[in-house]
Amino acid sequence: MFKRMIGSDVPRPAQRIPRPGEIRRYIAYESDLDPGFGELIARKAYGEKLFSCIQCGTCGGTCPVSHYMDYTPRKIIAMVREGFRDEVLHCVTIWLCASCYACTVDCPREIKITDVMYALKQEAMAQGVYPRRFSIPVLAREFFAGVLRDGRSNELPMMIRFFLKTNPLRMLQNAPVAWRLWRTGRLAWRQERTRQRDSVGTLLRAAKSAEDGDAP
Amino acid sequence: MSYWYYPGCSLKSNGKPYEESLLAVLRALNVPVRELDDWNCCGATSYMSVDEVQAFSLAARNLALAEQACRQTTEKGVPQLIAPCSACFLVLTKTQRYVEQHEHLARRVHAGLRAVGLEYRGEVRVRHPLDVFINDIGLRRIADLGKKRLDGMKVACYYGCQVVRPFATFDSAHNPTTMDRLVQALGAKAVQWPLKTRCCGGTLTGTIRDVGLRLSQVLLQEAVRRGVDAIITVCPLCQFNLECYQQEIGRTFQEPIRVPVVFLTQLMGRAFGIPEADLGMGRLFVPLEPALAPHEGGQPAHA
Repeated sequence: MFKRMIGSDVPRPAQRIPRPGEIRRYIAYESDLDPGFGELIARKAYGEKLFSCIQCGTCGGTCPVSHYMDYTPRKIIAMVREGFRDEVLHCVTIWLCASCYACTVDCPREIKITDVMYALKQEAMAQGVYPRRFSIPVLAREFFAGVLRDGRSNELPMMIRFFLKTNPLRMLQNAPVAWRLWRTGRLAWRQERTRQRDSVGTLLRAAKSAEDGDAP
Repeated sequence: MSYWYYPGCSLKSNGKPYEESLLAVLRALNVPVRELDDWNCCGATSYMSVDEVQAFSLAARNLALAEQACRQTTEKGVPQLIAPCSACFLVLTKTQRYVEQHEHLARRVHAGLRAVGLEYRGEVRVRHPLDVFINDIGLRRIADLGKKRLDGMKVACYYGCQVVRPFATFDSAHNPTTMDRLVQALGAKAVQWPLKTRCCGGTLTGTIRDVGLRLSQVLLQEAVRRGVDAIITVCPLCQFNLECYQQEIGRTFQEPIRVPVVFLTQLMGRAFGIPEADLGMGRLFVPLEPALAPHEGGQPAHA
């Protein structure tokens, strides 16, 4: 049953003893940390309660993707508030979060963990800390750009750009689904647009510039 | 009461059968709705990861448009904005709450709206179709129109994540029952299914395929084990993941799965006797009809 649930779809790496040249320090010194990082993320995530986390692990237990994560949500919270900035921004956990809010409603300290993950994604995006062709931030960027252009999201051009920028071969893998969507009239060729597209852009720019000089 | 309909991008593309069946069902129930003019994307989960202020502003434009549209009519009362897509429903609701609670965010959102001559006063109410069905229309009217046409049918009601989480506005965040009660009123049996709010993988199916397919596979497998005739959902992305990727899921996990995954409103439409063509049934990859046939006309399946 256990094996059935977990499966072997993503193979675990083979273990081996590191060679002497590969031995590295696993414990961080205090000087490696960014002491302001916790405060910054707490502010960005409307999560002033971040520091009241009791490390119970309910978030990781309830998370449907935690078994694919390098750090569980509980560890992320602990690392964020201690200032492990680089480790957190370079981990896969923040990108795997699918925004299902299971942890947010179950947290006994009412920490909005999904919002913390959003804040970390924004921070990583702003600093460009992610692999160049990494699918999740690329999709987010393409979606963002598409909506800015049309006011609405258009699946077909978005997915084509997405595959070109990540792995064009994956387009073939998804061709059967695309074909079936096309045949049933669920893949629109005609693009959806907001008439006042310019005003959407103006609105976003105005909201953004109101932000300047008045940081959260 | 005036209902405005905010379709969102999905209902105009792969979620078309949801739009078609929802509008047909509301017509059958004599509930007039008008599509919000010139709406824009809600921002979904992707916008939030890039820029939060812009994400909230994008959603707020739709809220402001709904208020403006209502003011231009002579109708009294608060505009009711129906958002059938889970992501739209969550983002619009979240925007209302956060703008109300966080002054610094509100200042920016209002500044953005002012720049394009719009104003958001916080008067609009964001509603999910499930909420409208249960609380405004009522189970009795729905049951009367349905005449128990789904008698004997066994379904798994799948709510997905964002309809009830994190804001349980009209149902429980942990054990929602509105959809179960609706299908039961139409004569079907809703099986006990603890995964009813577990995540389908969302956009992971497109980005990290193995992970996304696995999350959907667990849901499908557990529903099939319970011997259901169909899985019922109210989210375009859930429906897409669970239905459109069934062949891929079967191949990846070497266990073929074939089960209809339909929108609640499609099932309601059939119960109301609305013709198939008006419910977007032809757009399904796995047709519902074979599952429906033995049950129609109030014939118990296992008699």
